Amino acid sequence: MAKPKTMLVYRHAGVTRATHWINVLALTLLLMSGLNIFGAHPALYWGQKATFAHPWLSITAETHGNSTIGVTQIGGAKFDTTGVLGYSGKPGARQPVAFPAWATVPSYRDLADSRHWHFFFAWLFVLNGLVYWLVGLAGGHIVRDLVPTRADIRPTNLWHEVVTHAKLKFPKGEEARRYNVLQKGAYLGVALVLLPLMVATGLTMSPGFNAAAPWLLDLLGGRQSARTLHFLAAWAIVAFVLLHLFMVVASGTWNNIRSMITGRYAIVPDGDAR
Amino acid sequence: MSAPTTTRRGWLKAASAAAGGLWLAACDRITANPKAIGFLQSAEGLTRRAQRLVADRKALAHEYKASDISGDFRPNGSIDPAEPDYRAHVAQGFANYRLVVDGLVERPLSLSLADLRALPSRTQITRHDCVEGWSSIAKWHGARLGPLLDQAGLKPQARYIVFHCADSLEPQPDGSGQYYESIDLIDAYHPQTILAYAMNDFALPVRHGAPIRLRVERQLGYKQAKYIMRVEAVADFAHIARGKGGFWEDRGYEWYAGI
Repeated sequence: MAKPKTMLVYRHAGVTRATHWINVLALTLLLMSGLNIFGAHPALYWGQKATFAHPWLSITAETHGNSTIGVTQIGGAKFDTTGVLGYSGKPGARQPVAFPAWATVPSYRDLADSRHWHFFFAWLFVLNGLVYWLVGLAGGHIVRDLVPTRADIRPTNLWHEVVTHAKLKFPKGEEARRYNVLQKGAYLGVALVLLPLMVATGLTMSPGFNAAAPWLLDLLGGRQSARTLHFLAAWAIVAFVLLHLFMVVASGTWNNIRSMITGRYAIVPDGDAR
Repeated sequence: MSAPTTTRRGWLKAASAAAGGLWLAACDRITANPKAIGFLQSAEGLTRRAQRLVADRKALAHEYKASDISGDFRPNGSIDPAEPDYRAHVAQGFANYRLVVDGLVERPLSLSLADLRALPSRTQITRHDCVEGWSSIAKWHGARLGPLLDQAGLKPQARYIVFHCADSLEPQPDGSGQYYESIDLIDAYHPQTILAYAMNDFALPVRHGAPIRLRVERQLGYKQAKYIMRVEAVADFAHIARGKGGFWEDRGYEWYAGI
């Protein structure tokens, strides 16, 4: 039997591709500079103010006698995280620092400079997001490609998608031209909820912005709550990116990467029992 | 045993470690380059303008209830200045303390604590946000800066108010380690901007800046200068210390501390 020919389809518009890669750069640097900023006070609280003796999370170094260890405390539980969290660096030259040098920008503790990185790329991230949303709404991308259809959200379809996803069986032919409902949910959730939550929680830590939008401070439950939510949402984005990268590899690394660079995506016609 | 780089996994690991190392080195080089980090810091101007655009210049910082006051308000920066002049004031209970108000003013002033207490005052329970990330809440009571400046009469050229402090956080032979801060006239005349002489209904303690500290709500903790000895009206602050408008600004922090 002749091998079925793959077909190149135009999958991603230029704006989608450009904003995607700008986001990769901005979010990477925001995460790394953010982890450096966290190191200036490596403890998290809920509410308006710090309760210094009782953070819900802290990442610190503890010295007992002549040995120092990294301690990560979450609620009432304490973990020895020497080498990664709290106390890291080359053995013999370890430093008390919340996140290790390889995870932060700059690689050494520097609150002033990590703030410069953070706010510069925060602006890039926000402007990039605005372009994505304006073009996506005006051009119809978001409604056409991301909002689930009635057929998408039928329970039988949802179940079908969950099962085929779990088996890493990906659609072919016409079905491969569009996002399935789980992709739609994930992308829309990130673009509509998670990324705007990062901006909202970030802005709520700004005392200047608090005066402009006190309702946001109330909505998020206080400035220290906003800092906590900012931290948690950042890790939720990391979790999304890891899952996203796993799916990219599982469903065809180079095909996916090409489609996000040139826009062209190869689909295999139906009936190919590969 | 084969060398780690001869296996596919080992090769991938080595390649990603090399790429990560290059990335980190590039970021560190950008940070060390004054022009490059200056470019990143240009976002500060955008932030200040955007915040001034969306916030009314008189918009108030949130004020809290008495029950919200922190029992563990963290003192930061200098907490017990060692300068002999300051020690003498502490020993005398600030009886001979005088706040000098000068620079671009029509009538330079020299005010005792009693004079300051007689000025129009304000009480507010506000949140202090340290640039490090923590917050504490306290009740502040002090002289409103706006009426005080009006009493001295600002000259038309005055654009900034500089606060000279008694403490040296980082003693330097040229005096550039002296703590100081500056704000513009929008913040100087904001109704919540006060020279606080009381905290939580007691005289301001030494660790929090006795006898007076600035409260310029809507900005971060390093703007809240402690141990203020002199208030100077200036046209610009380029000639003071390292010229960036404050002790921490001279060490890389943003002059606009609203974020």
